[in-house]
Parts: sequence; C-alpha cells; structure tokens
Amino acid sequence: MSGEIAKAFARAEARGEGALVAYAMAGDPDLPRSVDVFTALVEGGADIVEVGVAFSDPIADGPVIQGAAERALKAGSTLRRVLDEVVPEVRRRCPETPLVIMTYVNVIMAFGEERFAKLAKERGVAGAILPDLPPEESASLRATFDAAGVDLVPLCAPTTPPARAEAIAKDARGFVYCVSVAGVTGMRAQLPPDLSQRLDLVRRAASVPIVAGFGISTEEQARTLSAHADGVVVGSALVRAAHAEGPDAARALCANIKRGLKR
Amino acid sequence: MSTQTATGRFGRFGGRYVPETLVPALLELEEAYAAARADPTFDAEVARVLREFVGRPTTLTPARRLTEAWGGAEVWLKREDLAHTGAHKINNTVGQVLLARRMGKKRIIAETGAGQHGVATATACALFGLPCEVFMGALDVERQALNVFRMRALGAVVRPVESGSRTLKDAMNEAMRTWVSQVSDTHYVIGSAAGPHPYPTVVRDFQSIIGTELRTQAQAAFGKLPDAIVACVGGGSNAMGVLHPFIADAGVRLIGVEAGGHGLDSGQHGASLTLGTEGVLHGSRSLVLQDADGQIQEAHSISAGLDYPGVGPELAHLAKTGRMEVRTATDDEALAAFYEVARMEGILPALETSHAFARGRELARELGKGKYLVINCSGRGDKDVATISARGVPPAVGVKA
Repeated sequence: MSGEIAKAFARAEARGEGALVAYAMAGDPDLPRSVDVFTALVEGGADIVEVGVAFSDPIADGPVIQGAAERALKAGSTLRRVLDEVVPEVRRRCPETPLVIMTYVNVIMAFGEERFAKLAKERGVAGAILPDLPPEESASLRATFDAAGVDLVPLCAPTTPPARAEAIAKDARGFVYCVSVAGVTGMRAQLPPDLSQRLDLVRRAASVPIVAGFGISTEEQARTLSAHADGVVVGSALVRAAHAEGPDAARALCANIKRGLKR
Repeated sequence: MSTQTATGRFGRFGGRYVPETLVPALLELEEAYAAARADPTFDAEVARVLREFVGRPTTLTPARRLTEAWGGAEVWLKREDLAHTGAHKINNTVGQVLLARRMGKKRIIAETGAGQHGVATATACALFGLPCEVFMGALDVERQALNVFRMRALGAVVRPVESGSRTLKDAMNEAMRTWVSQVSDTHYVIGSAAGPHPYPTVVRDFQSIIGTELRTQAQAAFGKLPDAIVACVGGGSNAMGVLHPFIADAGVRLIGVEAGGHGLDSGQHGASLTLGTEGVLHGSRSLVLQDADGQIQEAHSISAGLDYPGVGPELAHLAKTGRMEVRTATDDEALAAFYEVARMEGILPALETSHAFARGRELARELGKGKYLVINCSGRGDKDVATISARGVPPAVGVKA
C-alpha cells in the first residue's frame, strides 16, 4: 500500500470535504501542456489526480476521452514517456497530490508488469486503475503491484451483484472506484436513483475510501454524492474543458465541483 | 490433444478482460449456455432450424478440375457458401439468438466486418422477431454495400463506426461500449471465435457443426478422414468450426491461412498468428498486431472479414502448440485464387475464402496423389463483386470477346 492515497482522503476529510479525484489525459494536447492541465486540476482543488495513458482501443470510454486518447497518441504519448516526462514534473509541482495511472491492461502488459510497477513507484506513482481488468484476471498483476507498493484500485459496477461488490470492497487497495452508471465514461444529466444505496453498501464493506465516478460533471451532482461516498471522480467534463478552453477552464471546474463536496 | 475450456483459457490464451459492468452478464451467459447445452430440447431446436431454415447439412463437393490442375491430392470443398445467407456465420447466429431468447433478452446487437455476420444476425433476428442493431466500421460500410442493404432489408439498424481504423476492430469496440450501457436486456452476438469467455467457446461450439458434418461426409465420400483441412483465419470462426472436431485426430493436418495483405514485410496485413505478439484485445488474451507500446495496429486485407488485428484465443493456442499450421496469402494471391475457383469449379468464393484456396495448390502437391485435401469454402463472393470488379476482369476463356 502506498499510504499516500489514504493520507489524501484523510486531509480532505479533516477539512470537512469529500475528495475530488480529477482525471486528465497525458499528452493531450501534448506532453508538456498536459503537465499544465494536471497542475491546474490540483490548483483547482483536486485531492488525487488520475493520469490517463492513451490506448488505441478504449472500450470503457465515451467519445470525449476517446478523442483525447486519439490526440495524445498523435502527439506521441506512450506509457514510458508519461512516466519520464509527465509524472516527475507533476510530482515536482504538486508533491502532496497522489498520482494514479489510468490505462488499459494491454498497455501495462506490453511494457512489462514488473517493469511498470517498479518504474511507476520510482517516479512517484501511487496507484493504477485498469478498467478492463476485473478481479478474476487481476490476481497476479495485483501481487506484482503490491510488492512494488503501487495500489491496484478495483472498480465496482452498478451491475455487480451485492455479494460480489462487498468482496471487491473488502479486498480493495487505495480506494474503491464505484462506477455510477452502466455505460462508458462521459457526462450524464441524470444519475441512477439507486446509486446512493449502492454506494452505502460498498462503503459499509470497504476497508478503504470509496468514490463514485462516470457521468459526474456538476457541483450539484457532487453535493448529492458526497453524502454517500468519500469522493467523486470527474473525467470527461475536465478533459472537455481543458481541450476546449485550456487549463484555466479545468481549474475553474475543479473549484466548482469542490464547492459541491464541502460537507 | 485437449484444449482446456473450463475456465475460458486455452493454454495461456483466453480469459475475460472486460469492464466490471460486463462481468455479471458474461457469468450469466456462461451459466445460461451450460444449461441450454444440458437441455436436449435446445440442441434439438438448433438442429431443426439449421435443417429447415439454413439448409444443413451443406454438401461436400469434389473439386475435380482443381484436383487435376493442381496435380496432387484429391481436393474436396465443404460448401458453407451454400448455407442460407451465403456463409457459415448463420450457424452461430441461429444458436446465439435462440440462446438469447431463452435468456429472455429483448434486443440483439452485433459487430460485423465483411457484413456476413451482420446479415446472419439480422436474418436470425428476423426469423425469431427480435430487434437488431449492427455496428460496422464506416470503411466496411463503403466496401460492403450489398450486405449493408441486406441487413437493412431484414429490418436491422446498421450503425457506421467512424472511430479508429473504421473497420472490424472499431465496430467491436463500439458494440462493447453499447453493450455496457444496455447489458441487462441486450444480448451481444459476437461472430468470431474471439472476445471474452465464454464467447470463444460458444462460437466454436455452434460452428463445430461444419467439422462434425465433414467427418461423416468424408467417410461416406472417400472412406476415411481427410489428410488435411484448410480454412482462412480472420477472427477464426470458420476455422474453429471446421477444424475443432479433428483436433484429436493426429493424422489430420490442420491448416489456417491468414491475410498477407500487401505482404508480410509491408506492415499492411492481418497476420496475427504469424506476426502478432501476446496481448489483450476485445476481452481476451491472444496474439495481436501491436506496436512496442501496446497500441493495437491497423490490420489490412482486401477482404473485410480478415481485416482484424487479433485472432481467437483457441486458434492462438493451436498455432503456438503446433497443432495447426499457419500460412498466409496476399491480396493478389487471393484475387488470383478467386478467378481460378470461379473458372474451374463454377463457384465464386468470398475473398476471405479465396485466401484458403490460394494455398490449395501447394498443399495438394505437398500431400501428393492418393491423399485428400478439404478446403472449407466458408462463404460465397457475391458481396465482394464491387471490390473485385473494380480491379478489372480477366478476359473470358475460349470465346471471342
């Protein structure tokens, strides 16, 4: 366990806030300028930053993050370059904010699971989220990550049966990422009505903080969810803001959502 | 040699690499499939539809003029092109749509490359009265206009996919994304022996009717099992279907032919078994065309059905263990084979199928006289006439123009 993630949640809690886990795509629009975006997320109030590493076939992502991945790949983003050129600089600028790599399992496999875990730890990465690696397939990779001190954060879906959700929560590393809607990433006007019950169930079983993600883009949604989760993940809305209007817009949106997370 | 299927693994390959949202649906499918297979009325209904509607068994045809021209083994053709809708794909869609109906699913989605699987899915949906949506790469929509019309005529909605290479892999991505958001009432009919467990097993089982019929027909036609069977390989459904029932027969050579595209050195091909490396694509670990950073590369083939950078996990296992031999045929070789088969046997094979024929001559000669070579004639070529005729037609033989 990195411990760093737990501290970030504890700091937010101590301030009477839910945690904001903010996502952006490394390499969008290019590697150096994405560093500015990550920095803006932290300046806007992000407690944990998800560093997206582009994959050519992102089956869990909606059009906004698909577009960002295409731009990042065109700009020459690779896992190696993100670890060498993005992560260290973001760490230097924002030393207190844990960084979590979000990508697909094939990118990690191609790099080498052990090699990734070691280098990620060296560069200051606290954890990783792999949306196409369900518990049944994750045992060996998680053991490798555990040994290196990198948290493999599990996902829990609205379709996950309660017993399975509890098992995922009990055995989690870092935090539990509760997918709020059955679908791909992207903003939703409405979140499912039974989401709060689902979050309560996972939260009771979890040994670590839980966050809700997918579909969240507004202060109001953050306010509703902060009663049932330790934080929220915002991705597509930030990626869109940064792409359309640059880092300032992403910073402003973070600050906005952070207001909704005040308890 | 046995292939392990209990956990969805074939050696190192297979598995279930999908978003958590889909895992419960795959577990449900696995369970429902096992229950259906244990229920004799299900098998009886599949068999009835294949007989009454699809026209099975398909025939085993002697290719007398090719045999003579190639000067080696006796060549026979397993005629999946004669199955209703013109390819083997219908064997699987009938089975899966019946399974979906049994599971109480209200709608069907599918991906398609050449359009044959889309047509076969739309056909099964029309037959059983289920709404059908087919995802198809925008490039394939352009080059397979006939099949796009057929799907629409059958009442399906065709959704062109504009992302990535605008071909089969992108259609599969989009089908999976759509399935994630409608998983509770929708069944996703995968057409290749690929995807997350249990799909590679389900598709193989429904397609194995090809090889099962061939065993009986070969005995009746020439009194023994074939000495070699050859099939084209894209994702691998026709290859798994014809080859799987012969895996335990050590005396039967199993040969898969992949798309060589513009040539293996060109970087533009679909030869995942020959040049792919281990990776995860569309839910299973298999051999994949990818770069050193794990980004999936765009495949190329003149045939939309072989234009795929992955391959089914069981085929990867059969290739890696040496049970199946793997060869390739280029676009040009496939085109030449198309005309050779057309003019010597009176059959227009699909461009996919033409890849298997392209290796026929050398295989017949390697085997030699007195041996029996079966080519799986997986589909007919009507859908490809635009692609093929755009390159000009060779002059007629023996008649003044």
